Amino acid sequence: MSEFWTVAETARRVAAGELTAYRLVENVLTRIRNVDRELGAFLEIDLDGARNAASEIERRRTSGEPLGPLAGVPIALKDNLVTKGVATTAGSKILKGWIPPYDATVVEKLRAAGAILVGKTNLDEFGMGSSTERSSYRKTRNPWDASRVPGGSSGGSAAAVAAGLCAASLGTDTGGSIRQPAAFTGVVGLKPTYGRVSRWGVVAFASSLDQVGPLTRTVADAALVLQAIAGHDPRDATSLNAPVPSYSEGLDRGIAGMTIGLPSEYFNHAIDADVRAAIERTMTALKDKGAKLVEVSLPHAELALPAYYIIAPAEASSNLARYDGIRYGKRAEAQDLLDLYRKTRGAGFGPEVKRRIMLGTYTLRSGYYDAYYKKAQQVRALIKRDFDEAFAKVDVILTPTTPTAAFRFGAKVEPLDMYLADVFTLSCNLAGLPGLSVPCGLTAEGLPVGAQLLGRPLDEATLLRVGAVIEATVGLGERRPGGIT
Amino acid sequence: MTRPVSALLEEWEPVIGLEVHVQLATKSKAFSPSATTFGEPPNSLTDPLVLGMPGTLPVFNRTALELALRLGVATSSQIRAKSRFARKHYFYPDLPKGYQISQYDEPLCEHGHLDLIVGGVLKRVKLTRIHLEEDAGKNTHVGAVSHVDLNRAGIPLVEVVSEPMITSAEEAAEFMRSLHRLVRWLEISEADMEKGQLRCDANVSVRLRGEDRLGTRTELKNINSFRFVQNAVDHEIARQLRIVDSGGRIERETRLWDADAGQSAPMRSKEEANDYRYFPDPDLPPLVVDAELMGGILRTLPELPGARFERYQKEHGLSPDDARTLVSDRALADYFDAACTAHPGERSGRMIANWMLTELLGALNADGKDIAQSPMPAAMLSALVVLVESGTISGKIGKEIFTESYASGEAPLAIVERRGVQQISDEAALWEVVDRVVKANPKQAEGYASGKDGLFGFFVGAVMKETQGRANPIITSDLLHKRLGR
Repeated sequence: MSEFWTVAETARRVAAGELTAYRLVENVLTRIRNVDRELGAFLEIDLDGARNAASEIERRRTSGEPLGPLAGVPIALKDNLVTKGVATTAGSKILKGWIPPYDATVVEKLRAAGAILVGKTNLDEFGMGSSTERSSYRKTRNPWDASRVPGGSSGGSAAAVAAGLCAASLGTDTGGSIRQPAAFTGVVGLKPTYGRVSRWGVVAFASSLDQVGPLTRTVADAALVLQAIAGHDPRDATSLNAPVPSYSEGLDRGIAGMTIGLPSEYFNHAIDADVRAAIERTMTALKDKGAKLVEVSLPHAELALPAYYIIAPAEASSNLARYDGIRYGKRAEAQDLLDLYRKTRGAGFGPEVKRRIMLGTYTLRSGYYDAYYKKAQQVRALIKRDFDEAFAKVDVILTPTTPTAAFRFGAKVEPLDMYLADVFTLSCNLAGLPGLSVPCGLTAEGLPVGAQLLGRPLDEATLLRVGAVIEATVGLGERRPGGIT
Repeated sequence: MTRPVSALLEEWEPVIGLEVHVQLATKSKAFSPSATTFGEPPNSLTDPLVLGMPGTLPVFNRTALELALRLGVATSSQIRAKSRFARKHYFYPDLPKGYQISQYDEPLCEHGHLDLIVGGVLKRVKLTRIHLEEDAGKNTHVGAVSHVDLNRAGIPLVEVVSEPMITSAEEAAEFMRSLHRLVRWLEISEADMEKGQLRCDANVSVRLRGEDRLGTRTELKNINSFRFVQNAVDHEIARQLRIVDSGGRIERETRLWDADAGQSAPMRSKEEANDYRYFPDPDLPPLVVDAELMGGILRTLPELPGARFERYQKEHGLSPDDARTLVSDRALADYFDAACTAHPGERSGRMIANWMLTELLGALNADGKDIAQSPMPAAMLSALVVLVESGTISGKIGKEIFTESYASGEAPLAIVERRGVQQISDEAALWEVVDRVVKANPKQAEGYASGKDGLFGFFVGAVMKETQGRANPIITSDLLHKRLGR
């Protein structure tokens, strides 16, 4: 069956003509039809787009033209990535009906690499959440246990990959939104260095933290997809103009002699016993493969959460000011201009989005900037410095991706409880570093656990190399989710 | 009101600070590729970024930075090596993103100055700052319907903020004129006020003379012509003086100037003022001005009006009035310089200025043209002046040649040669004519000799008649005196 093929395998078989792209697309669409009613990963399926992409691949293949590295690979896009001609909602009612006139840079790049973009996946509204329960549209279930959340905010992208609805997907990660759902659904999730991947066409949540990255079933696949989307983009002034290395090269080189840091502040945190056990097994495996494990200190780690919840809502309150119903999206019936703003935004945004807009509006008020936003930026600099000092001694840092495995729907009602689900992933975004979550076993209840690796800026290659060892030693192997099939 | 404004002004001092927005003449917008042309169909100059669409990101137009730097250098401002863009938030349909990209606590330029001449006296107005920002779109209201045109949205602007040290409406208007001239001189903006390329807000307050503290100010918006500035500020000063004179207090508010009604009306009070929630724009890295960029700006900066004003007086001996007229417009000054360079000579500068300011500007005015549209190139005017100065033709003939050359474009020397109107300065040739004229009019010669001075003009006229006006008047006069005996 083609649904659990890796990215590399799919591209190879399509190129060899073992399975035509047409056939592959129809397989994918059938699989989505059979599974997604219950899974809820997709908000939109681009039937025409997928079929047209398949025709183009077959045309090229039969006429002997070169095929892209991802030719025929079915990839899903988080619905905060702008797609020309295909509805993009960011999981919000306020963008209902908006058909973008342009493609995000990552979408252009995937198309150019030959990927078949099958559709748009569910998310917490504007990426604000850790369970995908904050989507304005539908519930996405965890394919390992239908009573549990897939994590978020890229829950749809994670669930779709985990359940074999596509070979890979793109998510966005502002405070853990790729890595946390990857951990919850047993897939690989990579948040690249800030600026490694263009943000042009990414519906902004928090501009200084947002980054696009792949969710895949294998580490090697993450390398392939990152290869296709990474690189400088003149349309994004924060994009880094640094050469892109070959991420697949040296993946299997091993980790002998490498030093891996274990931040005591993370391990002193409350961590579920099964998660802790899985991470300890991961440490043993890494040691066995020749790595040296040392304790490191990130003294300002506990300030990451409060700093994040100043910076991210402040930027969000600004980024979301454009949703006024004037030029696109949903506009409410109103008496006058003020009424139009109030009703449009009142009806269009969900409660979590409103909460963050209010938080951000409050902290940016005249006279409060220094006490909140500026102070949080200073904390951010300290967090970054902690990492700089740690990376002077170690090559990568290992932590659990999340303190617990996937929780049940409705388990986190209080906003702060939900925010704490990201306690291990936030500082990576604040420091602009790359972070990778790799499955490292299951809990006693059969839920996946993710190991998080944090690396030096632009050192995704080392993360992937260590990730490959985790995958080979304590990874899930052939174990597939059984909650929804 | 009991006392007239003039009496109140002896006791009270008006204090005015101006904020002038100048559109920068870039081809594309400040942060996106759309064009900046004026007068296109509504919303035709837009793109996903101008429309504030989700996922769009701003990338700053480097040309706008270069233009702003020219103004910074020309006003002797301190240029920040690393300035920042900030977001200024408010909700309005002409502001697609819900915020304007501007500069806040780290502006590009600070502490510059602009020199004005008011009533013949130089006044140096300090500039608090010059910062970069993007323009908003335009709303028009037709009955109950409002239309939004975003063609203007995203055009780069500089905002020039003066210190509150302007003390009359006349000075305020002169500030605008000086700035208008300077930005045109630097070729950073067309500054066409009818197209909204230069717009002004004024902060006005009054205080008792001798007082250091500023009074409560009002902000006047929408004063978009030199005349409106003068009228609006005058009106506001009088309004405030009436209030303070009757023991009232000035309310901090924003007032909108209605040029048709010749008065202002409150727009919003302090309580309704926006909290703009400024913060550094996370989409834009700091704006860095390095030595290379500054070097390029300094190398290409044109000589400024003040420097030319001085030079014209020193180098060419022009009167301050003539020099000021020439530097009132870059094209005029450039024409003058080109004419001087074409035929360098000891006194030609002054003569060229005379011919330019009287004959050429007169002719252009009559045709409704400006100097840039002059049918007579600078080198041609210069050639004509040389013909007159060298004595090849008389000044009177020179005017005829000017008219003909201006109309036909033919070179002055060619006209002179074709028409054979070269001045006769040859003494021997002129002596023959003088001798003939005196012999032919013995009665008049006798009369002159007996003291009738008025008859001298008769003989000059007769010589001119004989020579078809070509006789050199100075030599003619000399020879006549000799021939007539006094």
